Formats: sequence, C-alpha cells, structure tokens
Amino acid sequence: MALPQAKLDATDARIAALTLPEGASWAREAREGGLLRLRTMGLPGPRDEYWRFTRPDALNAASTPGAAIFKSDETALFGDIDRLRVVFRDGVFDADASDDLSLENIEIERLETATAKDIHWAKDLYGVLETRGQTPVKRPFAAMNTAFATDGVVLRATGKVSKPVSLVYLHEKTDSDAILHFVIRVETGADLTVLENGPAAARFNKCMEVDICDGGTFHHVRAQGRDHERLAVTHLFARLGEESTFKSFTLTANGRLTRNEAVIEITGDNATAHVAGAAVGDGDFHHDDTVFVTHDAVNCESRQVFKKVLRNGAVGTFQGKILVKAGAQKTDGYQISQALMLDEDAQFLAKPELEIYADDVICSHGSTSGAIDDEALFYLSSRGIPNAEAQDLLTLAFLAEAINEIENEAIAADILSRLEGWLERHRSA
Amino acid sequence: MLKINNLHVKLEEEDKQILKGVNLEVPAGKVHAIMGPNGSGKSTLSYVLSGKDGYEVTEGSATLEGAELLDLDPEERAAAGLFLAFQYPVEIPGVGNMTFLRTAVNAQRKARGEDELSAADFLKLIREKAKSLKIDADMLKRPVNVGFSGGEKKRNEILQMAMLEPKMCILDETDSGLDVDAMKLVAEGVNALRSEGRSFLVITHYQRLLDHIKPDVVHIMADGRIIKTGGPELALEVENNGYADILTEVA
Repeated sequence: MALPQAKLDATDARIAALTLPEGASWAREAREGGLLRLRTMGLPGPRDEYWRFTRPDALNAASTPGAAIFKSDETALFGDIDRLRVVFRDGVFDADASDDLSLENIEIERLETATAKDIHWAKDLYGVLETRGQTPVKRPFAAMNTAFATDGVVLRATGKVSKPVSLVYLHEKTDSDAILHFVIRVETGADLTVLENGPAAARFNKCMEVDICDGGTFHHVRAQGRDHERLAVTHLFARLGEESTFKSFTLTANGRLTRNEAVIEITGDNATAHVAGAAVGDGDFHHDDTVFVTHDAVNCESRQVFKKVLRNGAVGTFQGKILVKAGAQKTDGYQISQALMLDEDAQFLAKPELEIYADDVICSHGSTSGAIDDEALFYLSSRGIPNAEAQDLLTLAFLAEAINEIENEAIAADILSRLEGWLERHRSA
Repeated sequence: MLKINNLHVKLEEEDKQILKGVNLEVPAGKVHAIMGPNGSGKSTLSYVLSGKDGYEVTEGSATLEGAELLDLDPEERAAAGLFLAFQYPVEIPGVGNMTFLRTAVNAQRKARGEDELSAADFLKLIREKAKSLKIDADMLKRPVNVGFSGGEKKRNEILQMAMLEPKMCILDETDSGLDVDAMKLVAEGVNALRSEGRSFLVITHYQRLLDHIKPDVVHIMADGRIIKTGGPELALEVENNGYADILTEVA
C-alpha cells in the first residue's frame, strides 16, 4: 500500500535539511537503501501499533524544539573506570578530547573514514542489521539514521579487549540535532565492553548495530545523561551467534522523551541475551522501552528486565516481545516490566507480547505497577530509619533486579550511586 | 519508663473502638507481660505505641521517660528508645539484612546526635551479637527476612534489638510460630539484654514464654482494657484455668 501523501510530505519535510553523506559506493547504497525504507514506511504516527503509547511529534518535527544545557555537579560517570574514551560533542567526534584510538585486540575507526573505503568489514553490517530489524515491526527512525548519520565509530574486536570503549556524549548547544551510527563486530571468541554516557544533543537519534560471532561476548552499559529537556530515539540491533553472550543495561534519569528500542536476534545455539533498564523520572518525563527478542536457535536464554520509578506526571511505557520461531526448542525466555509509582500522578503503560512456535520452551513474563509497600516502610521506620531514607532504600531494592544485570561490579556501583543521588534529589517534600 | 494513661484508640477506616482506656506503667528495668484472649487489643497497643498508620487515638496519652510518644513519627520513637519486635516480621526483598541494620543503627545514632559507626566497628559488633543468636553470615547477607524460617525471623528481630539497644522493648507474640528450642534461643537473647535501664513489655497468649522470660508483673487484657494485674502466678492461673474465670470474676 502506498504511503498517504500527507505522511510522505511530513517525512520529506523532516529530512529536507539533511543530506546523504558521501562515501564509497557500498556506503552510498546502504544510505540510499535507508532513505528508501524511510520514505516507504513514513514517519510514525499515533495509529501505528508500536507508537500508541508514545507520541512521536517532537521526533517527527522538522527541527528540534531545543533543550537547555544541564549543568551537573556530579563527577563524571565511569570516571574511576579504566576505559578508552571516544568523545562526541553535540554529535561530532572530538579527537582532542578522545583518547588514542589504538588498543590491542580492537580496531576503532571513525564512521566517515570507514565508509570512505571501498573494501571494509563494516559493509556487511552497516544498515544490514537495521534492515533485518525492520520486519515485522517498522522502525523509521533507524532507517533515517542509516541514511543520514553524520558521525560515529565502527569497532571490531578480535580478542579480549582489555578495557571498555567508552562513548562519551556531550551536549553543549541548545539546538543540536545529532544522528550517530555505530557498527560493532565481536569476532569469534572476542570479548568487548562498550559504555555510553551522556545526552549527546538536544535531540539525538542513535543507531547501534552489533554483530556477535560464535563464542563472542558483548557487554553494554549506558547512561543517558541527566538533561531534562532532551529528546532521544535510539536503536540497538544485535545478532547473536552460537554460544555468544549479549548483555545490555541502560540507565535513564530525566529526559522529556526517550524511546529506546532493542532488537535482538538469536541465530546461534546456546546463546544468551539479556537486556535491562532502570528509568527514573519526575515530572515532564516520558520513557519508552520497546524490545523485540527473536529466538531462532536451540537452547538459548533471553531476559528482559525493565524497572521504572515514576512520579509527578512522569510516564513510562514498555513494549516487549519474545518471538520463538519454529524449531527454537529449549528456549528459556523471561520478561519482567515493573513500575514503582511514587505518587498518584504517574502513569505506566505496558504491552508484553509472547509469540511462540516451538513446543518445548519456557517463557515467563510479568508486568506490575504499584506503590511503595506500606508494611515495609513502617518496618524500616520502626527501626529508626527516617521516612525519606526508607523510601529510597525500598526504591533501590525495587531497581536491584535490573542493576544486577550489570556484571562488572565497579560499573554497577557507579550506576547505583547515580540512582542514589537522583532519589535523594527527588524526595517528596 | 513507659507510662500509658487512659488510652483510647479506634481504627481509622471503620468506626471501631479497640482500646477503651488502657492504663499501664512499666518502670525502668522491669519486665511486664500482657496476656489476653484473641481480639483483646494487645497487638493494637503495640502498633499504636510504635506509630503504625491506621489507628486514631481518641483519648489518653503514652509517654516514654516523660516524653509524649504519640506525637512522634515512628523513626523518632525508635530513636527515643522504643523497639517493637514484630509478631510477623516483614520481608523486604532487595534490601540486604546487613545494609538494613547499618542504616538503622546509624540513623538512630545520627538522630541522637552521636557519631555514626564505622563500617569496621559495625561489622565487629554485628558479628559478635549474631553469633550468640546463632545467626550465620549467610543470614546477614540475605535480604531482610526473605526466605527466613519462622524461628530465623524472630531471631532476626532479637538481633535488631541487640544492635539498636533500645530502652523500652515491646515483644508482640514473639513466641508465635516457634518450637521449644527456638523459643529458648529467643528467650536467651532477650534475657541477655535485660538490664537496669531497659524495660520489656512482653505480649503473649501463653504462659510458656514466661517460663523463659520471667516477668515481674503480669497484666490481663480483655476488650481493650487491662482487667487484672498481678505477679507471675497470674500467668500460671491463666495456663491452668483459661481466661474464662478471670473474665467472669471481673465482670
């Protein structure tokens, strides 16, 4: 069915100011392919099944509404962790602020350089995993990203990488509108951790394609900054080979609109995929996790653990799907999405989906929303713990299952301290 | 130590009077027991004293060392030295027992203007106290009361009491759900805490617990009032004859 003219016009208006970056012919083709996909599906609207809980207007708008710069008095996240920093300032790579990009067992290259080469490993992945992830659910902002991404890096891990690659996203201009694309290949048996930190821009569109070969391990921990007004739409596409491991955790504190999509395809037997998130919002906050895990291999495990703490009109949404294809026997799928409402103005919308075509599988899912447990609160208070502190303790306990998904203890402790700080700043009066 | 004067309490949600004029005084260093049939208001008394929501005090007062208790928040009452050992200790998934205890101990010290305990000092103290209650390292690490047996939960209550060193301890049916050995262990823990400056109010259905924690005074509560007060022999009388005789006698 052809796209209605109005939708096509809106889509063209959205991309009018953007140009397809130059590159080698394969890169040019990939970008044109992305553009074609975008113009075929059009921008999302409230009638689209996967955009019913989140209004895409601010993401669809031709220009960014802008976002005030947030001044933080906290020390830099992951500051005590030995890491290789790759810094982007409002969506532009900053070589001076970044560390030397050479490190054993990994190739790190700027997207621009990689896509200019006629022969490059990224050719088999750039826009490829994104395209695979467009079926059965349309993801127009990811296609737009493939077409117009202006910067990013490509990473190829060939062995155990000694320290995390830390993508640092600085937001310094109130009207920045960044589109970043990352391509990551974890070769057979390689082991890579990628950290992401920061808001990146007033409006941020990010796409990350991760291909994990047999026996590869990929850990991903991200924090999306503390900016209140920023908008973000991000996509994480992952393809898992045999006996590979994928673990991703996202911390979202504040942000007017955040849509994080994770599209995970398990193609090799005995693989493990965990995707988790902790989101905390107070006031003008809309946070959306949209997750799609496809089991297309035998004896694989997947977990989706998403927790949201909401107050004062904050809205959380979760759309999570487990698709078990025919033949994907012995699948162990788990999904939990929970919201803790700290007052009566918060809202949580959840849509768990299971679609199973194999008969020997375990899939469990749950979704809850509720308030702080009064009995537990009284128990803590009766031991002398002041109400506010007791609430924080119980809130952190609620978030613990998601934070426990972070394997590295130092990184988990760092994330935990951010949450403690946020809760302390956002206590009820 | 604890002085309750003509305390009247009703449930907030329904217009139901539970306590109808309780008068009670527990002097410093003494152990008082309250016995009484089901529904007499024993547990309500313990909840009202510790500050649980859902109850409305319509008349009367309760003071701890002369300070009015009923105006204080639960955490202020705790810092003032009041402790309630729960009949049903609450399970708190996600909060480690040790974290919980350290937070509680330090919150109380802070409220009283004392220095917080260092991590090392705290660890030393808790290990020592846990040992005498046969609480192992695993129980300290686990989330508060989660997966604890009935006996473990009650021992954990006594451990909290030992760590917080309150002046006035209320034990709400601490014997319920305990076998004989567990009851002995809990009673030993309580007895070890008996001192001149610390008072106990032991609420129980049965005289059995009072074999192990010997009370100075026994009160019988019925229909929201203390109807009879006597020595330890009163508990034995209840054990032998039930409450019926006493109720008839008073009526």
